[in-house]
Amino acid sequence: MIDAAQMPRLLHGTPGKPFTLEQHEATYHSTFRTGSLLDELTNSGLTGRGGAAFPTAVKARLIREQRGHRKYVVVNAMEGEPASHKDQTLLSTNPHLVLDGAEILASIVGAQRVAIAVARDNPIVVNHVKRALHERERRSKRGPELELHTPPWRYVAGEESALVHWLDDNESLPQYRPRRPHVLRIGHDPVLLDNAETCANVGLIGRYGAQWFRGLGDDATPGTQLVSLTGAVARPTVVEVVLGTPLRQILAAAGADTSPRALLLGGYGGAWLSGDYLDTPYDNTALKPLGASVGAGVIVVLPRQGCGVVETHRVVRWMANESARQCGPCAFGLPALAEDLAHLAHATRDADAALRRLIERAGVIEGRGACHHPDGVVRFVRSAIEVFRDDLAQHVAGNACAGAKSPTHYATVPTLEREEELIWE
Amino acid sequence: MGVVRRRSGGFVLKVNPILCDGYGHCHELAPELVNVDEWGYPIIKTAITPLSDLATLESARYAVRGCPRQALRVERLSDDPGPTRR
Repeated sequence: MIDAAQMPRLLHGTPGKPFTLEQHEATYHSTFRTGSLLDELTNSGLTGRGGAAFPTAVKARLIREQRGHRKYVVVNAMEGEPASHKDQTLLSTNPHLVLDGAEILASIVGAQRVAIAVARDNPIVVNHVKRALHERERRSKRGPELELHTPPWRYVAGEESALVHWLDDNESLPQYRPRRPHVLRIGHDPVLLDNAETCANVGLIGRYGAQWFRGLGDDATPGTQLVSLTGAVARPTVVEVVLGTPLRQILAAAGADTSPRALLLGGYGGAWLSGDYLDTPYDNTALKPLGASVGAGVIVVLPRQGCGVVETHRVVRWMANESARQCGPCAFGLPALAEDLAHLAHATRDADAALRRLIERAGVIEGRGACHHPDGVVRFVRSAIEVFRDDLAQHVAGNACAGAKSPTHYATVPTLEREEELIWE
Repeated sequence: MGVVRRRSGGFVLKVNPILCDGYGHCHELAPELVNVDEWGYPIIKTAITPLSDLATLESARYAVRGCPRQALRVERLSDDPGPTRR
């Protein structure tokens, strides 16, 4: 039994040495609550940890109410964000907690099958999950059928409709959903899709209940969040923090630069936050007025010697390349944004016009894709224009800062692949 | 036919961006509703047009029928759901 105020909740044990089923049950208990787990989930106020922070209970209820006697639960551990390591850390520390949560969700919605999706580019995590599934199989408990799926790693492959489409049709492409809320389906069967960290939290709520879960964090945003810190940190780390912890404290806990130029929050579709706001509590209530969000728990620390314009350009160029190229505004618009940012980053003679084009194009692209990939990039670009206003003015005037010329970069971006090399199936 | 019903509510034109290939026919057929961006893809007016605006509704329908990719749809948003075809 874990005490309500005890930390960490999710990351017990050592990353890379996952708990066996016995160790897991010795740490967390093997008895689950009886009674309505959906009510328990509703009272807990758990929100999705994959980025959108949608109430998990609302989503579960929607799928529970769907007709059909074959339903799926999908655990999303795709982790498309290059700066995020939380799902892989969680799965290589405590895979059974995630699987417990998935089984609880399956019992809530009445699903017989659970699919765990881990990107195949991460064989170590795939093996940890395989071993955990094998252990459970030997136990031969009653419950849903658990299966592992390994789609290719792409930024948009973790988007919910793209992942479900992969499970359905072997192609990681986002789908057009004109009406919300939309029920995802594999064939005709309704699908409940939740992030791996969300499932792990469900695994805890199923054991200890909603009251226990609310023991940490405030009323609006209860619970903890796994935060991946990269950039100007001693080494990239994943820490579990109570939602509402001041940003400064999180940086200190991870051994990061405590007086950074700016922080990139949420993910590469997230937003920059100026280093002046380090006393802000890390939760969506406090971050929303500043245009940022907790998102998928990504924090990239940009130190004073870094250049925000260059970082933004590198991220946007990569994000443009990761577009599925299904929708015109995304396929053509994002490379155009990246090109404008290149002019600004290199402080060319065209930089002045590029800044005007950038602002105009951001407005044109927004809200016109089938998924929110372009919207995320637009949000990111807009926050950069806001936070790095002075740096941009310098770049436009032709004086690129020292950071722009330095070869050190802080936001990790995978090597750009050529379009024909991108694997979608 | 022959029955004139006062129609309340409105409509919006919606495009499926995955199907759309930027032929631009919709801009020609319904210029009051559709603009094109620099790459030739439609920017559709998001404000709701009242159904009583018959001329605009007619050009929206032309756009729907004229789309080579069949990517457009007229979505009715009425407070009083009248008789539907289905």
